[in-house]
Amino acid sequence: MKKLTSNFKNIFLVLTGIILLAVISSSVVHSLVKDKIQQSKEEKLLGAVRKVLPVYDHFDSKPLEMNDGVEVMKIFKAYDKQNRFVGAAVESSSNNGYIGHIDVMVGFERSGKIVNYVVTEQKETPGLGARILDWFKTNHKNQSIIGKNASTANLSVRNDGGDIDAITGATITSRAFLFAVRNAYFAFTSNTGQVASAVNLKADSIQNPTNH
Amino acid sequence: MKDSNTNIFTKGLIKNNPLLVLALGMCPALATTTSAINGLGMGLATWFVLVGSNITISLLKNSIPDKAKLPAYLIIIANFVTIAEILIHAYWPTLHASLGIYIPLIVVNSLILGRAEAFATSNSLFRSVLDALGMGFGFTLALTLLGVIREFLGTGKIVGNTIFPSEYGALLFVLAPGAFITLGLLIAGMNKLKKQS
Repeated sequence: MKKLTSNFKNIFLVLTGIILLAVISSSVVHSLVKDKIQQSKEEKLLGAVRKVLPVYDHFDSKPLEMNDGVEVMKIFKAYDKQNRFVGAAVESSSNNGYIGHIDVMVGFERSGKIVNYVVTEQKETPGLGARILDWFKTNHKNQSIIGKNASTANLSVRNDGGDIDAITGATITSRAFLFAVRNAYFAFTSNTGQVASAVNLKADSIQNPTNH
Repeated sequence: MKDSNTNIFTKGLIKNNPLLVLALGMCPALATTTSAINGLGMGLATWFVLVGSNITISLLKNSIPDKAKLPAYLIIIANFVTIAEILIHAYWPTLHASLGIYIPLIVVNSLILGRAEAFATSNSLFRSVLDALGMGFGFTLALTLLGVIREFLGTGKIVGNTIFPSEYGALLFVLAPGAFITLGLLIAGMNKLKKQS
């Protein structure tokens, strides 16, 4: 077959044809795996919820949503066999990470004791800020938040007068993370009827703090 | 002189390795190879796009007028990248999360447009597929190697298995400078290897 000549009609027809083919093929693939993508997103979220909740029998997989003006936080309440409220997992986030957004899922017992946390999304520097994945779980000096009661502990970094040791070399990330945790506790208390504490419910729980 | 079919496949591995000899596709190679898995994933995604675009372009080579070549090739490549991204998002969500923007950026990987223009546009379907397979394999190998070295020196792990505690790792190798240093040393090693053979 001879090569088509480069006149306007040929170029127009060929490009239009290729674009149409491209649009059709990518939409076909997308519609084939759309459900799978949605499903893996939900699984990831519910997987995080299961990891952070205290011992429970069942939980609301349709979360309560709370909008504090900046973020939408999601609260998953959990119950025991007798349908008594045992705690909740709260998805919260902060815009003030070193590189953008940090999303965390924090689990609380009824008393406000932190059961566990999972960082569901972060883009922090590998080796420095990215250590939030397990830094605040490690039982070493004052860096762990697990088992701390959010109603009594001051969940901010030591430099800011708090109780928690920041990640070495990543104070900004640590601040953002602890902000998200405090915000999660704020959402927890205001949506589950638990009594809030004075320490962690200052005005900065509502507005993101600025980094210095 | 025309290369034999085996030659077309194997030249992508060592003699014309896209990353270590031709120095194509440096951006994803430096940015995504913080771990072996990320390097491998990036390599496989690029490989998929390369094979797809080489096949399509080789099939359509006579129906695309010369003046429309570049836009036509870019649309075809972008289409395969879109499909690759959707598939990775659905079946390998952790990789999708860690590669992020670098998957869509495969569109502008010079390796793919380079092979389309230099090879697929003037060769038969069979030879274009061989070329894409060889080049893609070479690229994937180089990226994985880069990822393994950086992950090991930076965090003390090989494919996620701890060899020595991460406190003793040289963080430099996970960050951008380590990528340049490792890539430079690999290219030097490659030159040495080529001189001897």
